[in-house]
Amino acid sequence: MNRLGAVLIVIVALCAVGLPFFLKPFGVYLISMWVVLTIAAIGLNLTLGYAGQVSLAQGAFVGIGAYAAALLMQAGWPYPAAFVSAGLLCFAVGWILGYPALRVQHHYLAFVTLAFTTLVFLVLRNEEWLTHGIYGIGSIARPTLFGWSTNNPRAFYFFSLGMLTLLAAGTWWMLRSPWGRAFVALRENSVRALSLGLDTRRYTLMAFAIGSMLGGLSGALYAPLVQFIEPNSFALGLSFNLLLMVIVGGSGKFFGPFLGALIAVLLPEWMRIAEGYYLITYAALIMVMMAFCPYGVLGMVERALKAAAVRRDPPMPAVHGEATGS
Amino acid sequence: MRVPMASFIQLLVSGLATGAIYALIAVGFTLLWQTSQTINFAQGEFVMLPAFFILAAMNFGAPFWLAALVGIVLSVLVLGVVFKLIIVDPMLKHGVLPLVISTIALSLFLKEAAKDFYSSQAQPFPTLVPAVDLHIFDAVISTDSLAVLAVAVATVVALHLLLHKTRLGRSMQATAQNPTLARILGIPVRRMVLYTFLINGVLVAIASILISPIYLAKFTNGETLGMTAFLAAIIGGFNQVRGAILGGVILGILDNLSAAYISSQYRGAFPLLILIAVILLRPQGLLGRIEERTV
Repeated sequence: MNRLGAVLIVIVALCAVGLPFFLKPFGVYLISMWVVLTIAAIGLNLTLGYAGQVSLAQGAFVGIGAYAAALLMQAGWPYPAAFVSAGLLCFAVGWILGYPALRVQHHYLAFVTLAFTTLVFLVLRNEEWLTHGIYGIGSIARPTLFGWSTNNPRAFYFFSLGMLTLLAAGTWWMLRSPWGRAFVALRENSVRALSLGLDTRRYTLMAFAIGSMLGGLSGALYAPLVQFIEPNSFALGLSFNLLLMVIVGGSGKFFGPFLGALIAVLLPEWMRIAEGYYLITYAALIMVMMAFCPYGVLGMVERALKAAAVRRDPPMPAVHGEATGS
Repeated sequence: MRVPMASFIQLLVSGLATGAIYALIAVGFTLLWQTSQTINFAQGEFVMLPAFFILAAMNFGAPFWLAALVGIVLSVLVLGVVFKLIIVDPMLKHGVLPLVISTIALSLFLKEAAKDFYSSQAQPFPTLVPAVDLHIFDAVISTDSLAVLAVAVATVVALHLLLHKTRLGRSMQATAQNPTLARILGIPVRRMVLYTFLINGVLVAIASILISPIYLAKFTNGETLGMTAFLAAIIGGFNQVRGAILGGVILGILDNLSAAYISSQYRGAFPLLILIAVILLRPQGLLGRIEERTV
């Protein structure tokens, strides 16, 4: 099983590196979008999938990150500084947004974060002195790093892929540390986690802050990728879409966001063969998918593998592995 | 900025009228939540769609009253029965989130369907009564906003009587409050849940008839409506019908008054600020019951 997983990861990594050489510029743009949104989805998966804190604010953090990076670059900051600042800003705002999560849970938390997303959208739209309102910010330059210009779509794709690899590896490491275990404990039973001496307060805030930071970093890549940002891109639709990625991919599964983002970014494009009806077809497919795999694609695969393992080897009870559920 | 009393009354009446429509939508929303834990993110699109059923019926030559009837029946069938059987039932056992994703996809589906199969242009929609301005104490009040108010209030009163004064309604409330106990008492729980979906179908159709003359029938109408109904339900109390009514009325009045007196740019922000305050100070909503947490 583990060897199979490792082989799969190598194959996917090879595809990710080789694919842009076979694609037209628009194809490269799409897979870059997949890479960038995957980072945001990984963040949401951390907050929602692992720590169990329902958030409809991830799109807002992508927006805050994108605007922060774009505005700082306009003010003459070098890209790396703008990138890091966008992440730190979202970490701070995410920490603050975590406070409601200390008081309310589940659907109420979803509503608070939904309100937050709409408020961020209103600020982006109305505070024209800062954000240029509905006119958005255009001609955002792609960075040049150590003399390597990422202006070319393929170069920017590789830059984003590199950032995704770094951030994903960081998240992987964190999830295997005591922190990751604490996040899962929050999700599974926060009251019990508290009575076992976990500082649930701090971990809840951390889950929000780190997840939001990944959203912000994703935004800081999003801005130079599309080179034009405007408030509508970061309205509730994006937050819904990111939630969809996490759930469809498999919430609480490390590779869920990768798959979910792939589905949410590429499926509508493939459906364009249905011409004017591509969004309808996409929506219908998502509904069918949720009906047949409510735990996401990876959740279903894992269940199938477990069932197969039990059939092969009945007396051994499943002992460890990632907890399934919500 | 000083606004004279007369225009304050006008704003209040139109606020009450829109608030009453919000209340209808929010009540349907809370009913679904209470009986089946469905957070229907497509509720706004549910309000957008019946207007198109009615317009389509009128295109076949039906008079408005008949078309409205057809619209309500279709809405009960499609948005009540079909929605429950095809989307909600198979997913209920898997918890709240997969169903949330499904209703988000459904909202996209309905929006695109209205656009592709009817029109992407805003369609004029007939008013209930001819619009005549009445002059009451210097205030100019239009007959159609009074008609909207009357129909919405009548619907809410009828629903209240149904829920509180009939055996059927009390069975539905029992189902909402404690399905297991309701089943033990011999209440056909599954049928009661289905009834709430039918009632939601009627409520969204009536709301659609009331709001479409004001906003025109357009496929994007659901976006703001759904959101407002949602906020109204949370502010008033997610698990109480009268909470949803209160929340809807508050938002309708607030929307009209804040746009006139404070800032029209940020009119969308006031409901959200109230929402955040309510959730932080009184998470169960103004009139809501506290839901117990399991350990």
